[in-house]
Amino acid sequence: MNGSKLRRIGTGWLLVLPFLALVLALFIGPIINILWLSVTDPEPGLGNYAALVTSDNLAGILWTTIRICVITTVFSVVFGYSIAYAMVHVAQGSRNRMLSLLLVSFWISVLVRTFSWLMLLGRKGLVNESLVNIGIITQPIEFMRNELGVLIGMVHYMIPYAVLPLLASMQNIDTRVLSASRSLGATGPQTFWRVYLPLTKPGLVAAALLVFILSLGFYVTPAILGGGKVLMVAEYISVQILVTLRWGTAAMLAALMLFGVLALLFVMSRFMKLSAVFGGAKA
Amino acid sequence: MKKSLSSTLNRYWAWVLLLFLVAPALIAIPVSLTPKRFLSMPKGEYSLQHFQKLFTSEEWISSFWQSTVIGLTAAAFATALGTLCAIGLWRVASKRGEVVRAFLLLPLVVPPIISAMAFYRLMVPLGLIDTYAGLILAHTVLAAPLVLITVSASLAGFDPRLEQASRNLGASNWTTMRRVILPSIRPGVLAGAIFAFIASWDEIVVTLFLSKFAVYTLPRRMWNGIRENTDPTVAAAAVVLIAITLVFFIIQALNARRSRNTASGET
Repeated sequence: MNGSKLRRIGTGWLLVLPFLALVLALFIGPIINILWLSVTDPEPGLGNYAALVTSDNLAGILWTTIRICVITTVFSVVFGYSIAYAMVHVAQGSRNRMLSLLLVSFWISVLVRTFSWLMLLGRKGLVNESLVNIGIITQPIEFMRNELGVLIGMVHYMIPYAVLPLLASMQNIDTRVLSASRSLGATGPQTFWRVYLPLTKPGLVAAALLVFILSLGFYVTPAILGGGKVLMVAEYISVQILVTLRWGTAAMLAALMLFGVLALLFVMSRFMKLSAVFGGAKA
Repeated sequence: MKKSLSSTLNRYWAWVLLLFLVAPALIAIPVSLTPKRFLSMPKGEYSLQHFQKLFTSEEWISSFWQSTVIGLTAAAFATALGTLCAIGLWRVASKRGEVVRAFLLLPLVVPPIISAMAFYRLMVPLGLIDTYAGLILAHTVLAAPLVLITVSASLAGFDPRLEQASRNLGASNWTTMRRVILPSIRPGVLAGAIFAFIASWDEIVVTLFLSKFAVYTLPRRMWNGIRENTDPTVAAAAVVLIAITLVFFIIQALNARRSRNTASGET
């Protein structure tokens, strides 16, 4: 019995091996190489990291990135909470329709969505033309090539990611607790703020961290809707590599981003099983 | 519990938000029908010329096939590797196994720009830049974790005693895998394959680094079109992409429903 169990585990590892080897060789190895570059290119030492303090440019980019990510996270989680809350409180049929809309938006290519925002938000875009035609504004609003456009595009992209962990956590709430709160004399709003909201805290934290992590490395939407005016870390890295060929700076920023993401993931795993977050993601 | 006013209002608000999520993509439809030669909303007149251009342009058609070939190949590799790996980890079923699982999901959580750097740095000396092989390898690594997730979810609903029974009845390891395990996790494998294909088909950031001239996938061409921001063919391409996305979405929805009906409810 023990022998067969050992064999079972042994063959198990054998099945894991091909993918594990591929990830180590093609992914982890090269990433370690990048981390190494950050302290060796152009010369050994912490020069690249020192630039964080000495270069206003770099500090500015980091600050822009963090500011945009925080704002995106706040809006995505608040809107996501609304959607998730409605979804667990409607009849099955409506819930399925809501879930379909959510997943369809999840599936539509990020390029298609960014392109749509370009069409909607441009100076002669649908939004500006309509607002001018109705007579609300006389001059078109500048949505694009600034932080407003980037934020709209990012929040739009991130909302579904915020909804999924929130949904998972709301579905786990024992509704009898809410009935108990009501029967003990709490009003509806009191029950929500004092009982329901605290019960969804793990989902809230997981949703916020997930959105923040994804926003940190987001490249496509900021690059297109920012139009070169809103420079975030991911785009700056790509410029360093493809245009100015400063691998050391790019590697340093990548290292910072990577450690930031891993640290946040670790915090996230304290609040919610990561498999619950990612498992629900596309299923 | 009685529905309160605020909860009713929130329900309407949620519908508004959900429409906000989906509706913007629809603007590609009118823009793609514009009779003008630049990106604009049609005013009264419509034309299919941009679709005609899309379907007859050598560049767009070649990009379409390149994306399809890369997507299908990467999805096939990712599905094979991810499925084997999920079955392996399910058999191992230990703490160490879970650590390895978390490790193998890293390609999903590492920001794409960092993956792009890493692949680029790896593939320049190997001469894999601007080749099918390079993109397929990179997309396989990025997509296989998705398969690992969906198949693991299917396996969670699979009774290990069935495997034991098959072995006790004299079936070989391989037969057990093919005749007992794989049939019962098929929905998870199919879902994984679909996700893997979409992940590759849609992938842009890594592709921007790994492709130049010879390999020019659909997202790469879209990216250029969006950057140039003049040619309405991009809008027609966006409409086609939305249609393809919907087809895959429906296939997966049917797949998920069937697996809910047959299996114990795990997807």
